[in-house]
Amino acid sequence: MDALKKAHIQFIVSVPDIVTSDGLLWPISKDPEFKLVRVCKEDEGVSICGAMSYNMTRALLLMQQTGLMDSLNAIRAIGIDYQLPVCMMVGLQGKEPHKISSESSSYGVRIIQPVLEAMQIPFRVIESPEDVKHITADIEAAYQTSSTFVFIIGRAPV
Amino acid sequence: MRRDLALEVLKQHVTNEIVVAVYQTLFDWMAINPRDLNYVATGAMGQASSHGLGLALANPKKEVLVFDGDGSVLMNLGSLVTIANAAPENFHHFIFENGVYEVNGAHPIPGQNKVDFGAMAKAAGYRSVTVFSNLETFESEVTEFLKQPGPAMAVMKIEAGESYPRDYNYIHSALAREQFRQALQKS
Repeated sequence: MDALKKAHIQFIVSVPDIVTSDGLLWPISKDPEFKLVRVCKEDEGVSICGAMSYNMTRALLLMQQTGLMDSLNAIRAIGIDYQLPVCMMVGLQGKEPHKISSESSSYGVRIIQPVLEAMQIPFRVIESPEDVKHITADIEAAYQTSSTFVFIIGRAPV
Repeated sequence: MRRDLALEVLKQHVTNEIVVAVYQTLFDWMAINPRDLNYVATGAMGQASSHGLGLALANPKKEVLVFDGDGSVLMNLGSLVTIANAAPENFHHFIFENGVYEVNGAHPIPGQNKVDFGAMAKAAGYRSVTVFSNLETFESEVTEFLKQPGPAMAVMKIEAGESYPRDYNYIHSALAREQFRQALQKS
């Protein structure tokens, strides 16, 4: 959350995700520095974040990988074709904490990175406290270059 | 009510508002009222209402008018609940209901002549819903509708009028997005 604040994220747009529920979404919902927009479906969030970027209002779409998969056409159009800075944080529900995602027994987990690579969407895997230090700079770069970015959350934040 | 004539009426009421429009309504609107604060790049079908919500929340001092389609709304019905929950007062949602996917071969929408968009908006929690079936009533009541705090919905029972050219290249262009961005910053 500190990294998001340092990146000047004002709006969190979210469908709840079990991986990030206790460590991020519940604390965010109680933090007056964030404005939380609860959406019914994740592709709404892609459009909301993209539209907000026109006056440089910064937002983060927080969701589960199922929502990412459900939103691929919106991400393709709004994030990639339109080159808008849609920043997403995606919890990998079902990923074993001791395994990297490519070795997960869950098909839904294993395919996420290859899907992002196929769509040429830059991403960063957040697994350890060491990874968190990159979040602010990645969001800053996404807005500076007007490009989409995904953080893959491989284990519950503490 | 003819869509192009309804848009001519709306033109008289639009000054500094952001207008988010889709498909044939967008193409007609661009011809009738070309302006840089027209937001044309909604990208994926059904997403206009969500773009409008993002714009309304990020620009709370600006009025946002969404000219949506009936088929488009059906693709993003959850957004009605999201919008009602966020409750931006600067959000007015027009549904141009002709019962068909006009630019995709004029096939009927599911629930043609059965689905009640106003009832769905009301049930979702919109502050107000008004149904306009003829031009004279729309012309006389649109001012009052626009004065109501949002989220407010106007269901526009329309038929195609003159259909203007479909310039897909422009609406998906970087130029259109940049023109809107600059106009928003200046407004």
